[in-house]
Amino acid sequence: MSEIHVQAPGLLTTVQDLGREGFGPMGVSPSGAADAIALRIGNQLVGNAETAAGLEMTLLGGTFLFPEGAVLALAGSDFGATLDDSPVALWGSFEVKPGQTLGLGPTRTGARCYLCVRGGIAVKTFLGSASTHLLSGLGGHEGRALRKGDVLKIRAASGAFRKRTVAEEALQTLSPRKVLRVTPGPQSEWFPQAAQKLFYASTYRVTEESNRMGLRLEGPAITDGTHRGAHGNAFGDARGSALGEMISEGVSLGAVQIAAGGLPIILFVEQQTTGGYAKIANVISADLHSLGQLRPRDEVRFDHVDWETSRSFLLELENLLASSISE
Amino acid sequence: LYFIECGVEYTFARMLMLSADEARFERASDQSLLIYFGQQITRKTNEQVRRLLRLLELEPVVGVRNLHPAYCSLLVKFDALQWPHEELEEKLREYLKRLEEVSLPEPRLVEIPVCYGGDYGPDLDEVAALRGMTPKQVIELHASTRYLVYFLGFVPGFAYLGELPEALVTPRLATPRKKVPVGSVGIAGNQTGVYPFETPGGWRLLGRTPLAMFRTDREGLSLLSIGDQVRFVPISRERFAALVSA
Repeated sequence: MSEIHVQAPGLLTTVQDLGREGFGPMGVSPSGAADAIALRIGNQLVGNAETAAGLEMTLLGGTFLFPEGAVLALAGSDFGATLDDSPVALWGSFEVKPGQTLGLGPTRTGARCYLCVRGGIAVKTFLGSASTHLLSGLGGHEGRALRKGDVLKIRAASGAFRKRTVAEEALQTLSPRKVLRVTPGPQSEWFPQAAQKLFYASTYRVTEESNRMGLRLEGPAITDGTHRGAHGNAFGDARGSALGEMISEGVSLGAVQIAAGGLPIILFVEQQTTGGYAKIANVISADLHSLGQLRPRDEVRFDHVDWETSRSFLLELENLLASSISE
Repeated sequence: LYFIECGVEYTFARMLMLSADEARFERASDQSLLIYFGQQITRKTNEQVRRLLRLLELEPVVGVRNLHPAYCSLLVKFDALQWPHEELEEKLREYLKRLEEVSLPEPRLVEIPVCYGGDYGPDLDEVAALRGMTPKQVIELHASTRYLVYFLGFVPGFAYLGELPEALVTPRLATPRKKVPVGSVGIAGNQTGVYPFETPGGWRLLGRTPLAMFRTDREGLSLLSIGDQVRFVPISRERFAALVSA
């Protein structure tokens, strides 16, 4: 098998695919690419199945030597990639000759860049997925971020390779959003009108404490209205107010929970599987990949959409992905 | 990195309950549904959660991608391209009608050895002081109870065990620890549990187990499964060391 020699790992580079679903009863969250759309396009560009494993780089890319050569694609944010010092473009496939080195630097756009390799990265799967789950140290390459000196194997690909490109209009439509579209969270009714109004009218800033588990935001606190303690609410029981006690329950990807102090936290790919904070909203499926490109200090707002609209955005996105990559 | 544990302390039987068999559906996101069996943490409501989980595991619904059981609810994640909420809800209501016919597996009794106190249980003395007991009494009480695994959540292999004897019910720490060592046994409200990984955490630590709660080299991965019964068995430091090296 061909190899990738990690000469510099970058800030946080992990092996990711589309994650492992189905292990919620064990407390295992899916993990997987933070910008799944970028990974899927990158895989398509090198002729892989969308589920193949690639490298997810965060804010600062690495340097990789390919002793036997490879066919690569870069997708996501622009990390100023060079192949033996000549610039290479994002969103296209290119061939690397034996002994060439791919170098990436600090991001010029969003948080993450994906390196996809024809054949896919070969790692031992854990619960059916190659994705790294950092907190538990499972999956990926030895359950951790890459280090200098690591050697990764590339799976052999079958058939001849034909260069592919992705339509420019599709990239425009799929580009990460700073206005995140959301549907109501399961406890949105616990928040009084004024609190909801504040939430939707405010601009929030992504903090440094954000990662693959969740994005912690700062901005106007949602402390308005009711306080902790048992009293009646819309459901006629005594669950307490939005910011008070609630019984832990399963939490969904992209849930916007209002933590103690009233600041929002968006649960992300390596999220805790259950939690006990009220959720005011949930980022729609079609916008989840945008979360993966948010950097600390980026500013976001929330835009309320109804269920039908969120569904049509998802259908649009999937149609676009299916139709925009051609030889 | 940070982590947020389930909100606050509970009293298991304090909250009011909706009529026992009436499940309530709530859309959690455009690809998930929450099914609530009342709003009270009781063994009965949790049993309903486990029955539905079991039925969905035995007879999977096409397009359902993940299940997250909790005290009295189940989160169902699905492929939004295959299922609009209302259609999946209809499908799940058929499952709900059949819960009584589901037989749950005979609960396993899992014994977890714990070395209490000292640097393994840095909060033991304070818990004893807060509850007007000696540390020895706290240990005896904690180890004399048979707990139910209500569900696993938070991180891989973290079992929410209940309920703690009333005399031990203690609020969590005002300031969570940044790092709780692997295997730490803690209490919060009337819950108890074991940290499977080194994570931040606000539960009060009574001791530590040498057992790995989550291991990839064994079948089932997690030492505990939902519905299991758990008993903690006090061990000495010597025994702890022996079990670690074994």
